[in-house]
Amino acid sequence: MTGAPALFDRELLRRRLERAARDPADFLLSRVAEDFAERLGAVLRPFETALDLGTPGPQAVAALAADGRPQRIVQAAPVAAALAPGRRDGFVADPSLIATASERFDLVVSLLALQSVDDLPGTLVQTRRVLKPDGLFMACLFGGATLTELRQAFMQAESEMEGGVSPRVAPFADVRDLGGLLQRAGFALPVTDVDTVVVRYASPFGLFRDLRAMGATNPLAARRRDPLRRATLLRAAEIYAERFSDPDGRVRATFELVWMSGWVPHESQQKPLRPGSAAMRLADALRTEEKSAGEKPGD
Amino acid sequence: MTETETRAAGDATTAIDPKLLEILVCPLTKGRLDYDREKQELISRQAKLAYPIRDGIPIMLPEEARPLD
Repeated sequence: MTGAPALFDRELLRRRLERAARDPADFLLSRVAEDFAERLGAVLRPFETALDLGTPGPQAVAALAADGRPQRIVQAAPVAAALAPGRRDGFVADPSLIATASERFDLVVSLLALQSVDDLPGTLVQTRRVLKPDGLFMACLFGGATLTELRQAFMQAESEMEGGVSPRVAPFADVRDLGGLLQRAGFALPVTDVDTVVVRYASPFGLFRDLRAMGATNPLAARRRDPLRRATLLRAAEIYAERFSDPDGRVRATFELVWMSGWVPHESQQKPLRPGSAAMRLADALRTEEKSAGEKPGD
Repeated sequence: MTETETRAAGDATTAIDPKLLEILVCPLTKGRLDYDREKQELISRQAKLAYPIRDGIPIMLPEEARPLD
């Protein structure tokens, strides 16, 4: 097991996902799966075997099947209810404890799952391990600006009503860190980008309902165990509506979708030359005169 | 239909795909698993855990596994 602190209550998270999969609010996941299909379509090469790592619904498997390239699609679902109907090439696993043998897949995809693993660097290392050389990893996870309005509304409401705050919205990865994490896990050509989606609701309660139906209510191990007081919840909704509504009265909820991809190194890939191997002076290439900066290496 | 045939047909609906067995490893040790057809479990000797197979779906969660001694 890893030594990372347990931020998330994994059993609780699974219970929530299990319940959510029965009557899902999956518009975000569907949108992400559409984006994934488009991004994968832009990669012109065959992928014979694919693994879906932890997507909390059948959407990634459906996108892979529609793509048509993978001859074999294995689904590692976070809960049994997320398995595509009738799927036999699938199992239940925690996305941070990958249960497949090394170098079996040409493609690993993970949609809206990796924001709630405790040890993202360790998960990326395991992902690289199950990919074959020149294999592609593509994932989308919630980023740091996700539910920023909710975080602020709860913080203000709790400190006003109860004289203190407790963690109610999970910490999310910063996109600037992810490229480095991919590289540290041994991925080449890492790429990250952000797609910000603003969803508008008639009231904050619509958002609360959707979060529940996404299985996305507070999964933190350090959450307060006593139920949220009704007065605090109402005050949070009031603050939310005051601070984050549009002129027409609808409230905004921000979801930051962070995409990342990387390749398992292979000699066919582009890579930088060895330092000192240049055959031409930089100054000559730039058609300029080289000026000394006044320092020599080792000074 | 004889009784053995009936049982074979019944097994076919819940039995797990050999191709799936071939790629699965213990999520903790990444070591090999032995398939216990009778008990419908996948056994990791190294981790001393038996992962259950429910309705033909391997549940590769250490929390759900049965500890072996």
